[in-house]
Amino acid sequence: MTMDAREDVLAEAARWRESGKGVALATVVTTWGSSPRPVGSQLAVDEAGQMIGSVSGGCIEGAVVKEAQEVIADGKPRLLDFGVSNEQAWEVGLACGGKVQVYVERVE
Amino acid sequence: MKREVLAATLSARRHGLASALVRDLKIGTQAFVSDNETTGDLTIDFNIRQLVLHAISEDRPGRLPDPYGDIFVQVFNPPARLIVIGAVHITQALAPMAALAGYGVTVIDPRRAFATDQRFPGITLLNEWPDDGLEALKPDRRTAVVTLTHDPKLDDAALSVALKSQCFYVGSLGSRKTHQARLNRLKRMGFSDAELARIHGPVGLAIGALTPAEIAVSILGQITQVRRARPEPASAAA
Repeated sequence: MTMDAREDVLAEAARWRESGKGVALATVVTTWGSSPRPVGSQLAVDEAGQMIGSVSGGCIEGAVVKEAQEVIADGKPRLLDFGVSNEQAWEVGLACGGKVQVYVERVE
Repeated sequence: MKREVLAATLSARRHGLASALVRDLKIGTQAFVSDNETTGDLTIDFNIRQLVLHAISEDRPGRLPDPYGDIFVQVFNPPARLIVIGAVHITQALAPMAALAGYGVTVIDPRRAFATDQRFPGITLLNEWPDDGLEALKPDRRTAVVTLTHDPKLDDAALSVALKSQCFYVGSLGSRKTHQARLNRLKRMGFSDAELARIHGPVGLAIGALTPAEIAVSILGQITQVRRARPEPASAAA
């Protein structure tokens, strides 16, 4: 991985935190099959739901943001699994048929 | 994530140092690891440290192998580099495209009329002879080198340095006939067939590119393919 949006995600998360906002960081830690974003991709979320970066092509960001806000509230990191079955594809899941695992932690 | 771990990571990035963020996904501890520094509440013993340094040098983030499977390593390397010889029209398209794709781009051309900031806003330019310029940049395993001047005395000079380096991609502009003539010249300079086989020439993927921007797309596509493509698993077709 190289200079991409990821550096900005980390730096932006740090800036948000410094300005006093509650911030969580979501990171793709494992992928199976075709997944839209590689391992190491990141999404930063603040308490108001503002986000920067991505952990998928947009399919699971909504769910991650929701979980991230809980992580901001209670400080407990979470390991989230996202897969897909056909019925699920319209809800939270990856239409591409891949699976990803996302780690969400609070920025202290 | 602890503040000091995040701060150490951001500082390493700003200084262009290779580093990694290491997390225990089960218990939530973490550490920043670089060649000469370790910070954080996750204990990095000798074995883990070796595995982390290996992940950094291979540019491969992910979970460590068992028995350390709960440990996730996020690798932060400085950008991969693209060095282009020739501040020509194709380069005017290729340089910004490659920068968008995340490469640190440097253009070498001793001809000052070509290598101007006006033609290459925001791109690092070196007004040097290609072999000197390329040698000074020390191409490594995370560097791609492309020669586009179409002028043998400039392109060959660069190729003779690129072929002695570990760079992951070497491409050279020119028709099949031009390329064959180039291979013959380099052979007379002492390069073996195996060494010369590293040169992608005619440069770029065969997508029928015509315009400078399209040729740039085909070159960046080929560099991406060489860097990223893995053989398809045989059972992939459903």
